[in-house]
Amino acid sequence: MRRLSGFWPWLLSLAVGLFLGLAGYTFYHAQGASYLSNDPRACVNCHIMREQYDGWQKASHHAVATCNDCHVPHEFFRKYFSKAENGFWHSRGFTLQDFHEPIRIKPHNRVILQENCVGCHTNLVSQIATHAGNDQRMLDCVRCHPSVGHGPTQ
Amino acid sequence: MKFRPHVIYPVLILLVAAATVGVMLLLQNINQRMAEAEETVFRVTEISEATVDPAEWGQNYPRQYDSYQRTVDMERTRHGGSEAFQRLDEDPVWRTIFAGYAFGVDYREDRGHAYMLADQDITVRVKIVKQPGSCLHCHSAVLPAYYEQGVAAGVPADEAHRQEAIFAGFEIVSSMPYTVARPLVEHPITCGDCHDPETMQLRITRPAFFYGIQALARSAAPLPHLPSIERWRADGQQGEYDPNTLASRQEMRSFVCAQCHVEYYFKGEEKIVTYPWDEGLLVEEIETYYDTVGHTDWVHKMSGAPVLKAQHPEFELWSQGIHARSGVACADCHMPYKREGAVKVSDHHVRSPLLNVAAACQTCHNFPEGEMKARAEAIQDRTVALMNRAEEAINALILDLQTAQAAGIPAEQLTAAQEYQRKAQWRLDFIAAENSNGFHAPQESARSLAEAIDYARQGQLALANVTPVVALR
Repeated sequence: MRRLSGFWPWLLSLAVGLFLGLAGYTFYHAQGASYLSNDPRACVNCHIMREQYDGWQKASHHAVATCNDCHVPHEFFRKYFSKAENGFWHSRGFTLQDFHEPIRIKPHNRVILQENCVGCHTNLVSQIATHAGNDQRMLDCVRCHPSVGHGPTQ
Repeated sequence: MKFRPHVIYPVLILLVAAATVGVMLLLQNINQRMAEAEETVFRVTEISEATVDPAEWGQNYPRQYDSYQRTVDMERTRHGGSEAFQRLDEDPVWRTIFAGYAFGVDYREDRGHAYMLADQDITVRVKIVKQPGSCLHCHSAVLPAYYEQGVAAGVPADEAHRQEAIFAGFEIVSSMPYTVARPLVEHPITCGDCHDPETMQLRITRPAFFYGIQALARSAAPLPHLPSIERWRADGQQGEYDPNTLASRQEMRSFVCAQCHVEYYFKGEEKIVTYPWDEGLLVEEIETYYDTVGHTDWVHKMSGAPVLKAQHPEFELWSQGIHARSGVACADCHMPYKREGAVKVSDHHVRSPLLNVAAACQTCHNFPEGEMKARAEAIQDRTVALMNRAEEAINALILDLQTAQAAGIPAEQLTAAQEYQRKAQWRLDFIAAENSNGFHAPQESARSLAEAIDYARQGQLALANVTPVVALR
């Protein structure tokens, strides 16, 4: 009996080790670490946002803002929570191939975007209450300035 | 509870094994997506100018071929679609408007690209009227036939003279009777009609479009939506405008469609397919051209008016609309990009954007699908309402002319009213035969229909002026 119970921990260790190794390799192979960075190229790893990325290269904000500057919150905790949440939905969508096309920004991500517009342009718009996320009270900046981030449509 | 290692450990190991299987599946999926992104084209077979069968092209381009084959689908939209319903039954007033013409006997809604040749074979129009080989210019993959006929007529059979042979063959085949020319072709539109077999670049192949777009380029009509023509004009109009070398890729994504989706007529005894663009693309500019060359499609059986039949002036009407002015090509809405895995392909299932709203509209318009569809259908509903009024007005004029003729009124007193019928009917048919129910250029459609109604009623007034109204009734 004692010899048998001594055998199990070894086997479990082997199984867990194999799992961690394979999981680690998959993470590396899928460039998992790049998603923690601010590098815009990470956003085109999976090709879905190729148009948005290409458009950004030609857009007026190219020189001053990257994907994360506009699309994720700037505070540490909210930033990585937002990355984790979007990362989950994006991975799920790309794996199962079941998302709406053309892709659309989610309402709460639009609020983040609007906050980030105002975050940088605060001097300019300080005399206007911009009501991020509330269409009834004010339109988002990108409603009338749609090309600043991803360039002109078409 | 007693710790039982021979139960706990195997369960844990199985759980880890299951999780490992999950990780491996994910890895496999990631690898598949990465492979899709790298793979472009595998040339498993050689494609040349002589390859007509789309299935052969499909071996190299399976994704495009799959969607191309789906043009067999038949689906109705609110006002049109790709189902061959008889429009003469839907709206019997057209029997009166087309009286004396083949369209008054058979006027079916057109089906998808896959049926273009089969439908041409079965339409009653080909049976009751002797049609020329010109029809094949747009109803078939006709290039090899043109080439062979050109070579048979003496053009050298080499690459340098390919274009020359095709143009010569075009004239020869156009002049043949349809029944003689028909066995020369086998397939409806195929890949090579729009694509270079070597490079897959878009290309113009249809002789009538070359002649038409060259005439249009030489005209004075402003063409802000076709920048390469404006540039050619500004550069001093060197030689002839050549779309294959001068047009941008975005312009080519409309031009390849405009090879056939246009207004045309068969010129002279040779029955050469001709696009009437010498004056411009507007409805009255094309009318001016027809008046100048003295073209009449048929003499109306009930009214005696020398009238015109519009074909399907999609390119002409699109040219007047806001989408053309914004640089949107035919392919943007009718063949929008779609994604299969990590590969982006243009959808070769050419169809009404109303059947594919998300891909067709939402790439540019950030509104819900229902909203986009409602906007398009509102335009179509309004256009159809105006069309119905124009049909009624022309119907009334035709009946008045018929009554006047029956009353023995001299022919010269009817000429003015008959001229009005020609004008009115041309403007109505230009919008009715066009395949968007006004969507391609809503305001221009309304203008054309408003003029149609006005000319028809002016025709009735002209009759009332020369004849006591009482005598007519």
